[in-house]
Amino acid sequence: MKPKIYINSISSITAQSRDKEESPVSYYKSIFPAISPNYKDYIKPMTLRRMSKAIKMGISAAKMALQEAEIENPDAIITGTGEGCKQDTEKFLENLIDQDEQLVTPTSFIQSTHNTVGGQIALNLGCKNYNLTYTQNSASLESALFDTYLQFLETSGKKSVLVGGVDELSEKITGFRNLDGQLKTGKIHNLDLFKEASAGTITSEGAHFFILSTEKSGNCYAEFKDISIKNSIEPEQINAEVENFLHKNNLGIDAIDAIVLGKNGDNRYDYYYSILQDSLFKNTLQLGYKHLVGDYDTASGFAVYLACKILKSGSISSVMKLNTLRPGKIKNILIYNQYLGSDHSLILLSAV
Amino acid sequence: MKNLQAELKESIIEQLNLEDMEPGDIKNDEALFGDGLGLDSIDALELIVLLEKDYGIKLTDPAQSREIFKSVNSMAEFIEANRTK
Repeated sequence: MKPKIYINSISSITAQSRDKEESPVSYYKSIFPAISPNYKDYIKPMTLRRMSKAIKMGISAAKMALQEAEIENPDAIITGTGEGCKQDTEKFLENLIDQDEQLVTPTSFIQSTHNTVGGQIALNLGCKNYNLTYTQNSASLESALFDTYLQFLETSGKKSVLVGGVDELSEKITGFRNLDGQLKTGKIHNLDLFKEASAGTITSEGAHFFILSTEKSGNCYAEFKDISIKNSIEPEQINAEVENFLHKNNLGIDAIDAIVLGKNGDNRYDYYYSILQDSLFKNTLQLGYKHLVGDYDTASGFAVYLACKILKSGSISSVMKLNTLRPGKIKNILIYNQYLGSDHSLILLSAV
Repeated sequence: MKNLQAELKESIIEQLNLEDMEPGDIKNDEALFGDGLGLDSIDALELIVLLEKDYGIKLTDPAQSREIFKSVNSMAEFIEANRTK
C-alpha cells in the first residue's frame, strides 16, 4: 500500500532573503549569487575553511531542515545536483594546468565530485545511512525526490529522509551557459524577467533541503503526493501529460488550487508553460519564482519550498502571482518545471 | 631560519585556507596537528605537496611526516637540511 509521505521541515538558501518575501531583492545582471547565511552557525570554522559555496550552502540548508524537524540523524540522505561542485572542479583543473600536471594539491580534487555535498553532510552528522546523489540536469532534485518516494514505497524501515538539491555558480562553467546562449544578454532586471520577450534566462545558485517522513510531525508543512519526471514531451502533449498525472492521483484540474510554473523568461521554451496557462489552468492561480531566484538545475527546490509555505500558512506573496485569480483555501498545489524543453517534472503537494 | 619559519607560516595559512589567522598567531613550537593548530589528514597531504613544490623535497617514507610536521620549527629544520631549491 502506498504510504502517506509528509514534508515535516523545509529550508532554503537563495538569492532572496528568507524573511522579506514581499520586498524581493533586485538584481540587474543575468548571473547573481545566493545570499549566504552565517555559515559558522552550522559548520565548524576549521572545516568551513576549505569548503566551496555548494558545500557550505548544502550543509547549512541540511542542518536548518534537520533542526526544524528536531532530527539528529536521518535514515537517508538523498541529494540532487545538476553540476556538482563546480568551484573545486575549476580550481583543480586550473591547478593541473598551472602545475603542468605535477604536484596537484588534493583538497580541490577530493571535493570536485558531484557527491561531495551529500558526503560532507553525512560526515558532518556522522550519518552512515543510505546516501545517494542524483545528477540529472534540471531534474536532479526531482530524481532525488523520486528516490525518496521509492524508499518509502519499498522499505518500511525508513522513517525520515533528508532530501534536497544544491547548485553553485562558478566563473568558467557558469560562463559556458552564456556562451551557449542560455542567458540573457545586456541589462536585465530580474523582477522584469517575465516582461522580456527574448531568448535566454537569468541564473543563480542555492540549496534547498526537506525532511520527508511517513510520520506527520506537529510542524508538518504538506503531504508529498506524487512526482513524475519525463526527459522529453512534445509541446502538444503537455496538457495530456498533466491530465494523466492528475488522473493517476484521482484528481481533476479543478482540484488544483495553484500551479507553480518554472517559467524563466526564455521565449524559445516558455511556451510549455503558456500552453498550460492558457488552457488547463486558465482559471487556476498561477505562480512563478524564477524571476526571484534565477534558473539553475535545482532551482525547483524553491518552488517546493514556497508551495510548502503556502500550504501551511495560506498566504501567497503578490510578487509570485502570474495572474490575478484569488482562490479560496489552498488544498492542492501542482509544480511544473522544464529547462530548454527537456527534463519535465510534475510534483503534487497537498495541505495536511 | 627565522625567515624560513615566517615564510612557512605564510604558506601554511595560504595553502590551508586558514582565513582568520595571521602568521603571528602560529607559534614556532606549537603542534600543527591535534590539540595545537588542529590540522587534519587532508592538510597533511597539502603540506606534503607544499614541501615538494616550494622546496623540491619529495617525502618517500610516510612515517617521516609525523615528525616533520610536528611544528613550524621541525618543518623548518627538515627543509634546511634537505631542500633542493
